[in-house]
Amino acid sequence: MGNIIRSKRFWLVAPAVVYIGFFMAVPLLQMAYVSMLERGDYGGVNWGVFSMDAYISFIFERDLMDNLVVNTDYLQIFARSFGLSAMTTVFALLLGFPTAFYISTQPQSRRNFLIFLVTIPFWTNILVRNYAWMLLLRNGGLIDGALNWMGIETGGLDVLYTPYAVSIGLTYTYLPFMVLPIYASLEKLDHRLVEAAFDLGADKRRAMTRVILPLAAPGIAAGCILVFIPCLGAYVTPELLGGGKFMMIANLIGSQFGAARNWPLGAGLGFVLLALVLISMMVYSFKFKSLPEESR
Amino acid sequence: MSEVVISAKSVGKTFGSGVDKVTALDDVSVDIFQNEFFTMLGPSGCGKTTLLRLIGGFEQATSGQILLEGKALNDLPPYKRPINTVFQSYALFPHLTVRQNITFGLEMQGIARKQADDRAEEMLELVRLAQYGDRVPSQLSGGQQQRIALARALAPAPKVLLLDEPLSALDLKLRKEMQVELKRLQTETGITFVFVTHDQEEALAMSDRIAVMKSGEILQVGAPREIYEAPTHRFVADFIGDSNFLVGNLVDDGAGKHAIKLGGGQVIELTQEVSGQRSGEVTVSVRPERLGLVAESKANANHLVGTVSTVIYFGTDTTYQIDLGNDALLTVRMQNGSGAKADFAQGERVGITMSPDSIRVLAD
Repeated sequence: MGNIIRSKRFWLVAPAVVYIGFFMAVPLLQMAYVSMLERGDYGGVNWGVFSMDAYISFIFERDLMDNLVVNTDYLQIFARSFGLSAMTTVFALLLGFPTAFYISTQPQSRRNFLIFLVTIPFWTNILVRNYAWMLLLRNGGLIDGALNWMGIETGGLDVLYTPYAVSIGLTYTYLPFMVLPIYASLEKLDHRLVEAAFDLGADKRRAMTRVILPLAAPGIAAGCILVFIPCLGAYVTPELLGGGKFMMIANLIGSQFGAARNWPLGAGLGFVLLALVLISMMVYSFKFKSLPEESR
Repeated sequence: MSEVVISAKSVGKTFGSGVDKVTALDDVSVDIFQNEFFTMLGPSGCGKTTLLRLIGGFEQATSGQILLEGKALNDLPPYKRPINTVFQSYALFPHLTVRQNITFGLEMQGIARKQADDRAEEMLELVRLAQYGDRVPSQLSGGQQQRIALARALAPAPKVLLLDEPLSALDLKLRKEMQVELKRLQTETGITFVFVTHDQEEALAMSDRIAVMKSGEILQVGAPREIYEAPTHRFVADFIGDSNFLVGNLVDDGAGKHAIKLGGGQVIELTQEVSGQRSGEVTVSVRPERLGLVAESKANANHLVGTVSTVIYFGTDTTYQIDLGNDALLTVRMQNGSGAKADFAQGERVGITMSPDSIRVLAD
């Protein structure tokens, strides 16, 4: 009986499984194939001609004598992307945790409203929001102008088209992804545990570090992953707020498929990124698998 | 008598405001003594948990004050009070091992790791879970979690231990075990226990003194025997154990002796003093097991007389419902001992024996 119901229930997820399986797996395999082909002279690839050039040229380039020498250009872009994503994640955490904590301490009806507010930025197109940030951040823009008006001579803010502008923009874009999972874990947190900590002599700071933070850790980790990984793949924000001067992985991949006409390298870079993301996910799940289950 | 540890002085607590205003405690005053097992007993919503939370510092009193050894606690946050709590849900830290749970309070006091660990072992011995230090709470049964919660709260050697219905989540057998265990812990540690429960049996079994609460007020404070044998209020007599209530007119024979004249004209004589200048209609209570039955033929002028209307056999005892006439019913519980003389059948006329000191005139 139970088996029949369970096997029938499978059909509920079947459409999603087929959709995702097909439209994710097939293009992915296609890109894996492309990354292992020889590049075509005018873009595209030479189908059927295998070559590992894409992966080799990620780290090496050929000098005039056709020797392989280490070329760190791509590695630098990767490192820069990881660094910037990490910075953004830290910003988002510093802004997001207090926000989530505040919301979780509000009465139920207010909480839902505040969570609704957190999601409002999603309503606007990401391109529009990035242009808005350009208007805010540029020299003589809203922020610069306001500072000057208040008598703080900035001499031009010089923030736009820097990594900081990119990080500010990314923090803004992905902040809800930090707030929501942290809020979810804080909301679940049994308030009596905090009372127990107080009862046993922990002041507010130690109740936070010894009880609240450890119990919210899965939410914090989930939030960090949900911010960090999309940041690595961010395309629009570095393009606009970085002014194209500041390339991140996605921009590099985009240029390989576009101007550089090196499809295998573009696909290969994508797979290197995917590998790195999968590794960090595995580290995460390994780390939090060992966490004791919440007691009832 | 020993020293007062906790003293509540005219404590009031209201929640909300305007039309939503709820009075949880209304001018409550009580003293709790050193090394005492003190129980606050009452139905849900009577304010017992609120009073406990005020002592613990989780709520602030709206009026009045709470003293610990003579010093006002009012503005002291919970973490500065030498008072620990065993929560109803245990509230063990799920991310810490049993040992880390127990040493938490010690660590907060700045006690060295080694000493704290030794103390934890001592506490685990005390609650008889010596091998469980390295487990996490989710690996323990409800009863075990309960013991760990006790060990954790006792580890910092608080002046007062507050227990908020800690046994309510346990099944009956375990609860009985834990009642004995709690009493033992209290005696062994010499710490004042303030226990909150709605279970009268639990309260009678464990307490040195019981405060019976209703609607934010303490009705009566006394030793279990006193509360049971000499309830002052109808609520107390009704809430704790079974009671018969009879309504009648208080009459004074002029020589300081009182009697109750029931609606049907029967009279119950009282031996005890009746407090205050009371007259007119009063309620008296008497416990079913303090009554006895005799055949009508053996009844004398001092006995109430009635008709057996129901007989219920319970094994160890038998319960009779006696109709006194005029809608007055009495429940009589008689033990079925080996020398049980009596078997009264439904419809039989019987005389009811009662010792005058078992009859209580109630305040309302």
